[in-house]
Amino acid sequence: MSAPEALLPDALLPDALLPDALLKVAALTHLYGRRVGCRDVGFALWPGEVMGVVGESGSGKTTLLHCLSGMLAPSAGTVHYRTRTEGWQDIHRLPEARRRLLMRTDWGIVHQNPRDGLRLGVSAGANIGERLLAGGVRHYGRVRAEAEAWLGEVEIDRARLDDLPSRFSGGMLQRLQIARNLVTRPRLIFMDEPTGGLDVSVQARLLDLLRGLVRDLGLAAVIVTHDLAVVRLLAHRLMVMKEGAVVESGLTDQVLDDPRHPYTQLLVASVLQG
Amino acid sequence: MTAAAPQPGLAGYNFAYLDEQTKRMIRRAILKAVAIPGYQVPFASREMPLSYGWGTGGVQLTAALIGPDDVLKVIDQGADDTTNAVSIRKFFATTTGVATTTRTAAATLIQTRHRIPETPLADGQIMVFQVPIPEPLRWLERREVESRRMHALEDYGVMYVKLYEDIVRHGKIATAYDYPVMVNQRYVMAPSPIPKFDNPKLDRSPALMLFGAGREKRIYALPPYTAVKSLDFEDHPFEVQSWSQACALCGATDSYLDEIITDDRGGRMFVCSDTDHCRQRTTAEGNSR
Repeated sequence: MSAPEALLPDALLPDALLPDALLKVAALTHLYGRRVGCRDVGFALWPGEVMGVVGESGSGKTTLLHCLSGMLAPSAGTVHYRTRTEGWQDIHRLPEARRRLLMRTDWGIVHQNPRDGLRLGVSAGANIGERLLAGGVRHYGRVRAEAEAWLGEVEIDRARLDDLPSRFSGGMLQRLQIARNLVTRPRLIFMDEPTGGLDVSVQARLLDLLRGLVRDLGLAAVIVTHDLAVVRLLAHRLMVMKEGAVVESGLTDQVLDDPRHPYTQLLVASVLQG
Repeated sequence: MTAAAPQPGLAGYNFAYLDEQTKRMIRRAILKAVAIPGYQVPFASREMPLSYGWGTGGVQLTAALIGPDDVLKVIDQGADDTTNAVSIRKFFATTTGVATTTRTAAATLIQTRHRIPETPLADGQIMVFQVPIPEPLRWLERREVESRRMHALEDYGVMYVKLYEDIVRHGKIATAYDYPVMVNQRYVMAPSPIPKFDNPKLDRSPALMLFGAGREKRIYALPPYTAVKSLDFEDHPFEVQSWSQACALCGATDSYLDEIITDDRGGRMFVCSDTDHCRQRTTAEGNSR
């Protein structure tokens, strides 16, 4: 397992808590040739905890998320995940079949563009049901009932169960994508700019929904965004990234109200005041 | 090339048209396909003297398998007397000189387009299917690399998404031909465009079933007595087509029927698609046509 000193050098992470953590990341680095994607990132995440990752575009947020969620193999470093039955596993060393199984049962991945995470050619119900079907449920009625329940859960009219997602609005697509991920009751969700491209009122509603779901289901989440308002509302802890490295981290309110690193100060100062 | 060896067939051509090296290459692919039931084995498909879509895959399999003692039957949509069937039968009769037949029971090698004969197949017989699209995931996953990975990881959720969507739209699984099957509890396979009526005949068949896709360059196989299950849901089980009438010629109620328009005033009749089956029944029962 990773050495504690490779994790956040952060008084908020006493070693004694580590066995209860869900995700442990140590010295995670990804290089694109000689360019740095992300560098030496380390942190731990506990069940029910939401970690925000902010930074300007090109700072390596999405690269980090892809490395964490197993979509991209890192150049160095490890990502350990505590599975339900087999304890800690290095997700990049798991066989691909196991990693895929993990990704479609225990994890959720919410893409910035819902079109990347949905099948637009099949109905909303089929989109939500896909994970159940992939997991071996072979009962049409049960899949459909579950899909309908989750549609209600994300505040989409249940009558739209059989409609194609291509007829949905942007906010509905994003909520549908979330429902599709939650249907297997994952423990960990990765979100890349979940509110990107949505107008402000739709954003607010989505954030409300997300906050409720995270609280009610005890989800752990890693949320990548450039929107400080989003992390202020959702994230318990925050990492600020610049040029691939984490320059500051800590409790969200602490980081945002008392930024120490010059870059964080700039970031906080550049938020438009209403 | 040197002069052709003295052998039955067409002067100037090798036995069964293909050269021996090509046949060996195809036989190797067949062996691999038989070893991994339902797995699509790539092979170096050759240009054949017929156009793609007319059975170039099946013809190559037959050419690689046929020997002087074989008795060949070729069917097209169940019929022995349609263009495709007649041409391919003649092709092999000319290039090999082997005996041909229309009787299912008498054939050792049956090349087929889109049907399995109604007469139960027996030990030692080989069925050769002509396959246009060997990849059952093709319409669901466009990327070939990804669909191969899905086969490798047995990641077939999307196949059931398709069935789910069928029920949503049509109230039942509407796929009527090329109905996907699970082979030996491992690979999802496209059984070529046979009607789903024929799917149960694949299950634990005593005959060796070979599938050849010439344009797509794939060979796959069902060894004798392989378990083949049509995909379905517990609450929407797999069903085959049924008809409200019997065959107008032979009176069969258990065969796959074709609807034939007889005039332009709405006249129609239903007859067996398997012409051999129909003929056997009419001659055996002494019915007049």
